[in-house]
Amino acid sequence: MDAFVALANGMAVAIQPMNMLYALIGVLLGTAVGVLPGIGPALTVALLLPVTYKLDPGGSLIMFAGIYYGGMYGGSTTAILINTPGESASMATALEGNKMAKAGRGGPALATAAIGSFVAGTIATIGLAFLAPWLVDFAVHFGPEDYFALMCVAFVTVSATFGSSPIRGLTSLFIGLTLGLVGIDKLTGQPRLAFGIPELLDGVEVTTLAVGLFAVGEALYVVSRRHHSEEKLEPVRGSLWMTKEDWQRSWKPWLRGTMFGFPIGALPAGGAEIPTFLSYSTEKRLSKHPEEFGKGAIEGVAGPEAANNASAAGTLVPLLTLGLPTSATAAMMLAGFQQYGLNPGPLLFAERPDLVWGLIASLFIANVMLLVLNLPLVGLWVKLLAIPQPWLYAGILVFATTGTIAAKPSVVELSMLAGFGVMGFLMRRFDFPIAPVVVGLILGPIAESQLRRAMSISLGDPMALLQSPMSATLLGIALIALVAPFVMQGLGRFKANED
Amino acid sequence: MTSDSGSQGSAPRRIDSAGVVIALALAALAAVLVWDASQLQSNNPYGMGPHVMPVVIAVGLGILAIGNLVEALRGNLPARESADTKAVWLILGGLALLIAIIGLGGGFIPATTALFVATATAFGRRAILADLAIGFVMTTLIYVAFSRLLTLSLPAGPLERLF
Repeated sequence: MDAFVALANGMAVAIQPMNMLYALIGVLLGTAVGVLPGIGPALTVALLLPVTYKLDPGGSLIMFAGIYYGGMYGGSTTAILINTPGESASMATALEGNKMAKAGRGGPALATAAIGSFVAGTIATIGLAFLAPWLVDFAVHFGPEDYFALMCVAFVTVSATFGSSPIRGLTSLFIGLTLGLVGIDKLTGQPRLAFGIPELLDGVEVTTLAVGLFAVGEALYVVSRRHHSEEKLEPVRGSLWMTKEDWQRSWKPWLRGTMFGFPIGALPAGGAEIPTFLSYSTEKRLSKHPEEFGKGAIEGVAGPEAANNASAAGTLVPLLTLGLPTSATAAMMLAGFQQYGLNPGPLLFAERPDLVWGLIASLFIANVMLLVLNLPLVGLWVKLLAIPQPWLYAGILVFATTGTIAAKPSVVELSMLAGFGVMGFLMRRFDFPIAPVVVGLILGPIAESQLRRAMSISLGDPMALLQSPMSATLLGIALIALVAPFVMQGLGRFKANED
Repeated sequence: MTSDSGSQGSAPRRIDSAGVVIALALAALAAVLVWDASQLQSNNPYGMGPHVMPVVIAVGLGILAIGNLVEALRGNLPARESADTKAVWLILGGLALLIAIIGLGGGFIPATTALFVATATAFGRRAILADLAIGFVMTTLIYVAFSRLLTLSLPAGPLERLF
């Protein structure tokens, strides 16, 4: 019952005109960046962080969540109309959706994606609203050693368990952890890895890293292989509306996709790709028209798109209740909270219920807005895809550097941006996942401070980590998740999610 | 970064020199971490000093350096397509120009316009004058929007002081 009351109070916050406006800006931006190839929701939040630090925290966070949801909707449009998914979680959608577009059924493909996203987003947000208070009650009893163990689980699952190569995933994570060390140690006041450069004493700015890796790195990577890729935009032909048969074939995949997406997103397992591909293979197996798969089966769009959106809502569960980001976008949202001195977790639910529940309630509103924006206005979004590549990437780089210049207009900071850009380029070229670096930078310092708090309580006895049943269990899970991919080498695994 | 512009990855089971470089870089990073941690004072009788985490991470990096080395020696790195290195350098040149202009006090608009033109050229545009105009208009609008609407100050050079 508590959830109902809290949600009603949240709704009262969310329908304030200013907050509705923030949600609208968020979903508009999110859809736009989801549609555009080369920029995802994580980068957009990173770009907006320096711009929004003077704004109202509640409103900006509502906007960031709108960007997250909007990115998931917009990505499907790109995946269906030009086989290159705007964000990696839309890869499964591209498989059938692009075939449908080629066969002149682009309209129904976009419609089932948008309505499926709405159904899944709404159900998953209800799930978030009811799961969150329960998890918060549970997390209140967590000690620092339990938090540390939980972060170890997140580190391993984000980097090793589900990536294409556990070694490369862990390498990314440890680079992020190393970057997290830079700066003054908060407990002793000693500088670490600053090499006497004053700008480094404050540590590596999350936005600089994210913008460098995502924007500059992506631009360098795309330009380096511009002679390899060929993009062909399929025009939307035929009716936008789904036939009765389309509805009949879509509603079950929507619900099943939600069932895959939400729990996997909510577990600190990270990534929307696993549920989308699980949903795709399930629909292929259950379909009455298996022969259509590979040629444009509507189930293959409906299911993965629902899974995609449900997992976005799912990742908000560990983010809001435990302060645990499991995707790059969630990591950037955590940075957004930190920018206002807010730490997501049980305390935030107690201290700022207006903010947390306003955010959750606004997700329902954002979903309705996205359905309206995406169905009738899809033609408008498609026009974005017509922006010539040179101007698109030149514009992205200008905006990317503007964010850094506005936050810290120093040569050191801009050089770091360029350096991270080169790093992002090399990581893409050699297939190292990007998200673990960002998660490592944000979560590493938090994990260290929890560990040191636990150690000072136990007077330096490391066995304290194993004496709490909770942390012992979690460390066990982390160990299994770390070893499992090496044991199962060769078994089919899915690539880690970048966004 | 540019040593592998051929399609080296297409031949499996060959030593991947770029992978060896990555492994060496990771090992070097681990060494830097240990050296930096050794400079720290640890007078924390209870609990854990500031040097523990860097050493733990350095150990992890060391193990991963070995793991990456093994992968490289087995030629297990993913195949790579040939890269257009000239275009990559052009964008990096644009970034360098941006940093130089900002560093020398040239202001936001010329700096970002330079990056805009360099990037557009790297992506195959050959209309430098038109791109200069587009970049100039766009960055001027950004500058005005930032200073008026968001009240965030961007670095001003001679040009920006006119506003």
